[in-house]
Amino acid sequence: MNSEISPTAPTASSSTVDESRLRMLWREYAERRGAVVALIVCVVLLAAAILAPIIAPQNPYDLSVIDIFDSRLPPGSVNPAGFTYWLGTDGQGRDMLSAMIYGLRLSLFVGVLSGLLAISAGVTVGLIAAYAGGAVDALLMRVVDFMLGFPAILVALILLAVLGQGVDKVIFALVMVQWAYFARAVRGTAMIERNKEYVEAAISLGLSRPRIVFGHILPNCMPPIIVIGTMQIAHAISTEATLSFLGLGLPITEPSLGLLIANGFSFLLSGLYWISVFPGLLLLVTIFSINIVGDRLRDVLNPRLQK
Amino acid sequence: MLVFVIRRLLQSALVLLAVSLVVFAGIYAIGNPVDILLPDDANETERQAAIRALGLDRPLLVQYGIFLLKAVQGDLGTSFVYNIPSIELIFSRLPATLELAMCALFISIAVGIPLGLWAGLRPGTKTDEAIVTGSILGFSLPSFWQGLMLIMIFSVTLGWLPSNGRGATGTLFGIETSFATWDGFTHLLLPAINLSLFKLALMIRLTRAGVRETMPLDFIKFARAKGVSETRIVLAHVLKYILVPIITVIGMELGAVIAFATVTETIFAWPGMGKLIIDSINKLDRPVIVAYLMVVTLMFIVINLVVDILYALLDPRVRIKGQTV
Amino acid sequence: MPDEALLTVRDLRTHFETRQGVVKAVDGVSLDVRRGEILGLVGESGSGKSITGFSILGLLDAPGRIVGGSIRFKGEELVGASPERMRALRGREIAMVFQDPMMTLNPVLRIDTQIIEAIQVHERISTRAARARASAALQRVGIPSPDERLKAYPHQFSGGMRQRVAIAIALLHRPALVIADEPTTALDVTIQAQIIFEMQKLCAESGTALIWITHDLAVIDGMGDRVCVMYAGRVVESGAVRDVISSPAHPYARGLIDSIPSRNERGKRLSQIPGAPPTPFSLPQGCPFRPRCGRADAACLEVPQETTLRGERRVRCFHPLEESV
Repeated sequence: MNSEISPTAPTASSSTVDESRLRMLWREYAERRGAVVALIVCVVLLAAAILAPIIAPQNPYDLSVIDIFDSRLPPGSVNPAGFTYWLGTDGQGRDMLSAMIYGLRLSLFVGVLSGLLAISAGVTVGLIAAYAGGAVDALLMRVVDFMLGFPAILVALILLAVLGQGVDKVIFALVMVQWAYFARAVRGTAMIERNKEYVEAAISLGLSRPRIVFGHILPNCMPPIIVIGTMQIAHAISTEATLSFLGLGLPITEPSLGLLIANGFSFLLSGLYWISVFPGLLLLVTIFSINIVGDRLRDVLNPRLQK
Repeated sequence: MLVFVIRRLLQSALVLLAVSLVVFAGIYAIGNPVDILLPDDANETERQAAIRALGLDRPLLVQYGIFLLKAVQGDLGTSFVYNIPSIELIFSRLPATLELAMCALFISIAVGIPLGLWAGLRPGTKTDEAIVTGSILGFSLPSFWQGLMLIMIFSVTLGWLPSNGRGATGTLFGIETSFATWDGFTHLLLPAINLSLFKLALMIRLTRAGVRETMPLDFIKFARAKGVSETRIVLAHVLKYILVPIITVIGMELGAVIAFATVTETIFAWPGMGKLIIDSINKLDRPVIVAYLMVVTLMFIVINLVVDILYALLDPRVRIKGQTV
Repeated sequence: MPDEALLTVRDLRTHFETRQGVVKAVDGVSLDVRRGEILGLVGESGSGKSITGFSILGLLDAPGRIVGGSIRFKGEELVGASPERMRALRGREIAMVFQDPMMTLNPVLRIDTQIIEAIQVHERISTRAARARASAALQRVGIPSPDERLKAYPHQFSGGMRQRVAIAIALLHRPALVIADEPTTALDVTIQAQIIFEMQKLCAESGTALIWITHDLAVIDGMGDRVCVMYAGRVVESGAVRDVISSPAHPYARGLIDSIPSRNERGKRLSQIPGAPPTPFSLPQGCPFRPRCGRADAACLEVPQETTLRGERRVRCFHPLEESV
């Protein structure tokens, strides 16, 4: 657009985000109804995952409740005790709906936790690199580039092959695979911010370095972190599911959605679709909604597309 | 230019060395290397013999040296399961994976770039939104689930395409490939589509973003001021301008495609490297795992190097420096 | 005996509908350009001068559109003309030179490609013949060894050279009118003088009319025939360059002239117009210059219309300055 008549766009504030700016961002976000729907879905799923013990009709880990004779029942069946299996049962007689809710809980837990840890690690490295500059920066960025050169799935595969199975190991692998994205993004933004005037002003006012970095530079790095973070969480969930499906992720005692799908794979070809398809749909809806939110956030927070 | 290539070659050698160090440390130093290199059912005498034979009673540095020496000669151990050198095993499976990867990449480019162009030229329209949402869906679906759905729809329900293994191969231009036979081709389709979907979504987004960022630029306006038609502007000006970064991304993604092939190959029982590594991990065939790591690292390094050089060749601003009039 | 004007713009209105409201970039501009004359369009950033130029050629980016008025070129109405007709005119009858030579030419295409494309879009001639024409065109604007230069890329040229190329392209088909949008603003002062001289000479040679858009009144002083001064989307004064500069009628024009450094005495403070030009969303009521004008009174709360002072001198002011003795 011709620079002559750009209407006064909101200038980036040097301190934390104002109320009115948040409201304006929300209004712009809400222009796409699909994005709002996706956000609602995410909230609902998160609530369901947190409240799993309360809302799940059955505890899929409680062996006393599961009856092998109830296995492979189609959706809507009612067992002799009067309990309705809304989405059918799996090969062990577990209620699919409960298994899915608990599976969602595990998938979200692993995805979000690994995401947050990766953000912390990546942001720290990125800030250090940007602030220290010089040789430290060069070395750190070489490591980052190296990590980013390898596809996530491969690194995760190898790590898990070496480390074995377990929730903590999966989270570790996921963090290892993701931190580099954040490091690079934060370092880039922090570098730009570092050279801006308000940092000079803050330094001349005598503010301490950590204060400048965390109080001023970091908030301005938030937009890309938020966008990347959202989509990385979705990616982490997807990767964990893939790893579990391949038999390398979470152990059978703690089934995530990926494992549920894997378990149901063999039943798929004999027509017992619900054991695989329903967890698959739930997984899909989860990842899709998170990605839609992340994508919309990217459009809203991207200064280049602001007209 | 030559300096650039040499510098990159040196860097690549360094990276390869670093990876070999990490692999060596992982396999030989952490955990019991004997367990890793011997089949689990060896008894005590065999163990002692193996320790001496493998030089595991020597100092670590010497072991690393031997490891490197052997690696350079192409000896990365023998597979427990198949009892042939790991390298040989991997290279026998490589063509199948490459074929799949190339096909998938081709699909993602041939479909992705036009769709991305289409969307980028119509910002804000229903078409644009539909294509964007479709692309988000594309990379939201975990590829293993996509594969399952593809099998369910096209193989089980419709019965159009086979879902298992590689079909009969013939020779085309001297290379053994699935394209030479109809059977081979039909077997290739589903896994290739499955593998291409992630990259397809990526291509669409990249192209669309590129078009949207390029159209407002001054030189486009200037081209219009000359009276150039919109068609030519898109095809000659915009496309050439965005193609350079896109090609580099494609190059970098080639490595990722080869890696992602592991999932596709597992689902469709495609006899490539990816299936090999999964099977090896499950069967604890560690020499193959080590060999796979080294080979794949080498491949990535080579690909990255080629891409860097290609980028320097394609972007005239990088290629011809410092000759201002 | 007035000869019919080449270009007649009457009450042109170009508005941009943005999220924050409607920006009336051009709000009632009228001007005439005669064959072979040089018209200066002067104003600060945001005055709407560039948008006026783009409107004439129909090169407005969304969300801008012409919402009213008329643009007659050689008697033909351009507002509402079909895109095909506009495309036929652009580059052939009306050409444009942009401000920033860095981004005017596509960095990934060769110079010859971009010049030959400009030729072939309006004429059916062979590529070889077009190349010969391109070479001749480069020679005409003073670029040495044009045949070699043709094979170069834009980044291999200096800013001044690139602008010459842009001018060469503009004059390829000997258009009746060239619109130059701040063509020298981004160049060194010494190069500026050269480019101005070149353009004057070439336009005189081929009888091409020139609209020179600039914020620098001093430039027009040296080379223009007539001038239009713009402020906040309207023409506030127009007339022969000599007349307007020696005895401006509009207080804003007076302020502009007074603030030209060469017109001030050494050692004395540079005179400046107090305040700042209004933003598109905070236009004052009535005359937009009122808050900064020393002569404003209650009458200026109305929007002044264009009045004719004498002959060709026109002004939009309730209190125009008197002629100096």
